[in-house]
Amino acid sequence: MRATLKVLHYEVRNVLRGKVLLGYGVFFVAATLGLVRLGGSVERALPSLANIVLLAVPLVSLLVSTVFLYDRRAFTELLLSHPVGRKDLFRGLYLGLTLPLAGMFLLGVGLPMALLGGVQQAPASVALLLTSGVLLTAVFTALGSVVAFSVGDSARGLATALVIWLAVTLVYDGVVLLASHTLAAYPLERPMLAAMVLNPVDLARVMVLMALDASALLGYTGAVFQDFFGGRWGVAGAAFSLAVWVALPYGLALRRFHRMDF
Amino acid sequence: MTEMRPFRDLGEHPVWVRAQGIRKRFGPLQVLQDVDVCFRPGRVTAVLGPNGAGKTTLLKMILGLVRPDEGTVTLGDRPVNGEAEYRRDIGYMPQLPRFPENLTGWELTAMLDDLRDFQGPGDETLLDAFALREEMDKPFRTLSGGNRQKLNASLALRYGARVLVLDEPTAGLDPVAARVLKERVRAERDRGCTVLLTSHELGQLEAMADDVVFLLEGRVRFEGELVELLTATGHEDLEGAIASLIQEGRTLITPGALAADRAAPAGAGAAGVA
Repeated sequence: MRATLKVLHYEVRNVLRGKVLLGYGVFFVAATLGLVRLGGSVERALPSLANIVLLAVPLVSLLVSTVFLYDRRAFTELLLSHPVGRKDLFRGLYLGLTLPLAGMFLLGVGLPMALLGGVQQAPASVALLLTSGVLLTAVFTALGSVVAFSVGDSARGLATALVIWLAVTLVYDGVVLLASHTLAAYPLERPMLAAMVLNPVDLARVMVLMALDASALLGYTGAVFQDFFGGRWGVAGAAFSLAVWVALPYGLALRRFHRMDF
Repeated sequence: MTEMRPFRDLGEHPVWVRAQGIRKRFGPLQVLQDVDVCFRPGRVTAVLGPNGAGKTTLLKMILGLVRPDEGTVTLGDRPVNGEAEYRRDIGYMPQLPRFPENLTGWELTAMLDDLRDFQGPGDETLLDAFALREEMDKPFRTLSGGNRQKLNASLALRYGARVLVLDEPTAGLDPVAARVLKERVRAERDRGCTVLLTSHELGQLEAMADDVVFLLEGRVRFEGELVELLTATGHEDLEGAIASLIQEGRTLITPGALAADRAAPAGAGAAGVA
């Protein structure tokens, strides 16, 4: 664990000096300020901001983690030639990416929200938006790690990361809608519930939009999810499922890293 | 030119590096087959072979970066089995110094010191020999290719390691710096260090190497002293000898290193691995 903290310390320092992370934070500050100004109030701006978060956080987390880990492959080799265990190094690398990304997201959205009174006007919604953004960061950084440690070629790895992003943000709901339309004659509540749990972006969407009382903005799967759980249990269930979504790719990436040949 | 420090920890114990019965396959490609080699302390061993012969894979197995499908690698009497601690004895100079772009040389040094729990002071004689100190405060991205390679060499030799693994160590260095490094490698050898290196610059290797391990298509085709290779192939230089081995596809495993391996006292270097 001590070695993990050491790696984390240097990784965070290195990542924070990059301009990509700064741009990420500035993007969220601009999006939050712009949407609140356009909408006229924090509560009106939140659904649009949630949609941006649900698209941007997975994309940036996937791409940054994949690009960073490919770029650092040679240095990772060098670190592994020193007396540092693979598990310690992986934990340091993963947290060294996840924490700065999540921190910049929290600052980018949370700071303008605090300044504009969003924390007072809609504390539960803002808290859930921030929580879901952090969890999505953790999920997609882990997925990016799985890609970087599983696909040898960096160009193919980046393409794989983009395909994952397209699949979970756009294609998945389209397939679910098509399936629900085709099988409209059958009771689909439980399969739809399962379909929701299988997509972390849908889970995060449920967490946020349930708190916003904006069920019209939920996808079909989200509507079923809200109907099934309702209220707090729905949020708790989605949060637990998202936590599982963090743990599974994290474990898979760790396993790949532990066994891979450099 | 440089004042050599004793080995860290149990300085007087050199470390033998052995690979026995190594087989490794990457997908359909059999990269190493039945490789048995021994790298002796106090010797510089050049690991040679054409592209794809398995040189880098063999060196990476010693570093624990690649795991053999079959066979064992040992440093002293400690097997390379996924534990990290044995690597305290290794100084590794990768072929391409690709360090984090935003870190300075000193920050990188502090990072590696910290990860190794190294209390120092580290060996910085190469920094002076390369006149590199002025560059150590600059971010890595601003360093020239040559200075990056100098930093790479300085870090590999900083910790007084008993086993040095140097992958193309003189690549990108100017003649003066290459000479400094060659002298330093010979000094490490004289200190009792086990030095393994690869290079495609056979002239540079000839000036440093005592022993040669020649790999072709994943098999050891020669293992022994450089002079034995030259004698056996009838060539006066390493380039001619290697070209001869590749063209004729001969296997010339001379008894030198293997015999010395068998004669080595059991557990030589073992005490110092921890």
